[in-house]
Amino acid sequence: MSHFRSDIRQRAEELVALYPRTRSAMLPLLHLAQEQDGYVSDEGIAEVAELTGTTPAEVRGTASFYDMFHLEPVGKYVVGVCTNIACLLAGGEEFLEHASQKLGCAVGSMSEDGLFTLEETECLADCDRAPVVQVNHRYMRTTTTDAFDAMVDDLRSGKLDHDVPPHGTLIRVRRSGGLRASRQEVADQRIAAKAARESRIEETK
Amino acid sequence: MASLDAPRIVSSRRDYQDSFTLARYLETGGYVALRKALTMFPEAVASEVDAASLLGRGGAGFPAGRKWSMLRKSPISYLVVNGDESEPATFKDHYLVERDPHQLVEGVIIASYALQVNQAFIYLRGEFALGLERVQQAVNDAYAHGALGSKIFGSDFSLDIVVHPGAGAYICGEETALIEALEGKRGFPRIKPPFFPAVTGLYGEPTVVNNVETMSNLPWIVNNGGAAFAALGAGRSTGTRLFALAGRVKNPGVYEIEMVKNTFRDLIYDPKLGGGIIDDKQIKAFIPGGVSAPWFGPELLDLPLGQDEVAGEGSMLGSGSIVVMDETSCVVRATWRITKFFSRESCGQCTPCREGSGWIERAMYRLEHGGGRMEDLDLLLDLCDNIAPGLTWPPQQTTICVLGPSIPSSVHAAIKMFRDDFVAHVEHGGCPHE
Ligand SMILES: Cc1cc2nc3c(=O)[nH]c(=O)nc-3n(C[C@H](O)[C@H](O)[C@H](O)COP(=O)(O)O)c2cc1C
Ligand code: SF4
Ligand code: FES
Repeated sequence: MSHFRSDIRQRAEELVALYPRTRSAMLPLLHLAQEQDGYVSDEGIAEVAELTGTTPAEVRGTASFYDMFHLEPVGKYVVGVCTNIACLLAGGEEFLEHASQKLGCAVGSMSEDGLFTLEETECLADCDRAPVVQVNHRYMRTTTTDAFDAMVDDLRSGKLDHDVPPHGTLIRVRRSGGLRASRQEVADQRIAAKAARESRIEETK
Repeated sequence: MASLDAPRIVSSRRDYQDSFTLARYLETGGYVALRKALTMFPEAVASEVDAASLLGRGGAGFPAGRKWSMLRKSPISYLVVNGDESEPATFKDHYLVERDPHQLVEGVIIASYALQVNQAFIYLRGEFALGLERVQQAVNDAYAHGALGSKIFGSDFSLDIVVHPGAGAYICGEETALIEALEGKRGFPRIKPPFFPAVTGLYGEPTVVNNVETMSNLPWIVNNGGAAFAALGAGRSTGTRLFALAGRVKNPGVYEIEMVKNTFRDLIYDPKLGGGIIDDKQIKAFIPGGVSAPWFGPELLDLPLGQDEVAGEGSMLGSGSIVVMDETSCVVRATWRITKFFSRESCGQCTPCREGSGWIERAMYRLEHGGGRMEDLDLLLDLCDNIAPGLTWPPQQTTICVLGPSIPSSVHAAIKMFRDDFVAHVEHGGCPHE
């Protein structure tokens, strides 16, 4: 029995098929597991292990290396506030403090209603809009505390559901069409390319 | 005055709202370069890139043409594009993947053709949710348009591109760590030698890793010729470059300007660029190439934006991100935050990096938040010297990758340039700015 919903399972199998080696699908599959459960659950880990030909221990050990994977439940909205250098110079630390008060949760924890988890992040590569805020990895561009408060109210009332889908960076990323080069194809073409190159070098001599 | 006559090479579509769509891309010359490249021999395409003297835009500044030609003897299996962009204050690749994904995809196809690889990967940092959507859409569109897949535009060349999401780890920008992540493992940098993935890369096979901006230059180079690219800039720093300007400036943002013909002062102060310092304050210091780079003071504002020029003054242009601090900025706090970043992001394989970064961060924390001691200044310099003996730039390598030896950059520079500020923190028992 698959723990993944059938649509997620199908996307997972499509992803595995893209790579020359199945284990390479590890990170995208963990994103999918998180999309379904809101975090990387034990059941999700078991399914990723099955799909990648690894063990649950290997999946967990890999997932724990990466900041984006939550091994425990998190709020519906994960709010990240950057305090790295450019954001720091724009008052990022004070901003994070404000966010903590507005959301009613300490940095690194979840609000009581389960709606928000607040995180202090490293640079999010949007430094000209400092201090930078992401919600479920969508840039919100609320650089003033007033704008931040308004955004939180909109999140609560569901007004931003279109802009901020639930967890899962890949929720709107879907590959369509194309060739999936098999390992054999890559290897064959490589040999052919080498031969063609050598004969061209011969010709120009 | 800034020199702004150079063509826009990678940001030519910046004024279009729909710059990321296939329709706009085709209307503005998209995929013409690919058609042209496919009529040339692969080696001839690579020669144009060699002639352009295009330096890698990911940080190390290695010439792309040279990287490719090292492979002539052993053909390459895979091309991997580095879009992990996590160096603090660097945000130029973010601009490229969201605003011009087709240009990136076309560049990747051209590079794949020149290298004769049939499988390419575009690795994007996981936090780029929109960037992932846009690049995947561009890849889908390219397949539908015949620019990707089997027998591209009717030629004999076939290529598959997989868009791969990262998951939040700065170290995965280091090319061998990125390959580990792409193999589905923890992002631990690999032990060198071999120094280049071109020898042993993805799945143990020869692999070329290039940055997003490096790839995005290729359509223009094929259309206009390597010589036209090399005619811009000067010395080894040819062409234009995207500079990400952040910190205490009026107009932070991504600016494409000609290399060497402009100085840091032009970038920071020109009304069409940075526009000067917020509230017209005095500049205190700036970081010339990402937080791994040693800092500069205002006396170096007239230095040209060129790779060798900046290296000559003991720092690096690195990832092309410039952070400006002014008289209101606390350099001790800035340094503490940077060391906190390194301490969090060290992958932990090497003792000097793992232990050194934590130790430095704790000492910096006390200085900034109270409890700092005068001896801490010597302690900090000593710790820095242990990580990168001699505190030279480029640093001595004591670790598997250069994250470790980059930790001392800001600490050493800040203590050297602003010792009085550190002393004031000790005497005040914390940050006097608060
Ligand atoms: C700690 C560390 C982080 C790095 N991060 C990035 C990055 O985010 N993006 C990037 O293109 N290169 C990064 N690099 C440089 C890459 O290792 C590699 O040199 C580069 O991707 C090669 O592409 P280029 O030759 O086109 O510049 C990083 C290097 C180190 C040591
Ligand atoms: S220098 Fe630091 S980040 Fe690099 S491999 Fe060693 S411990 Fe990891
Ligand atoms: S420093 Fe905050 S987004 Fe870059």
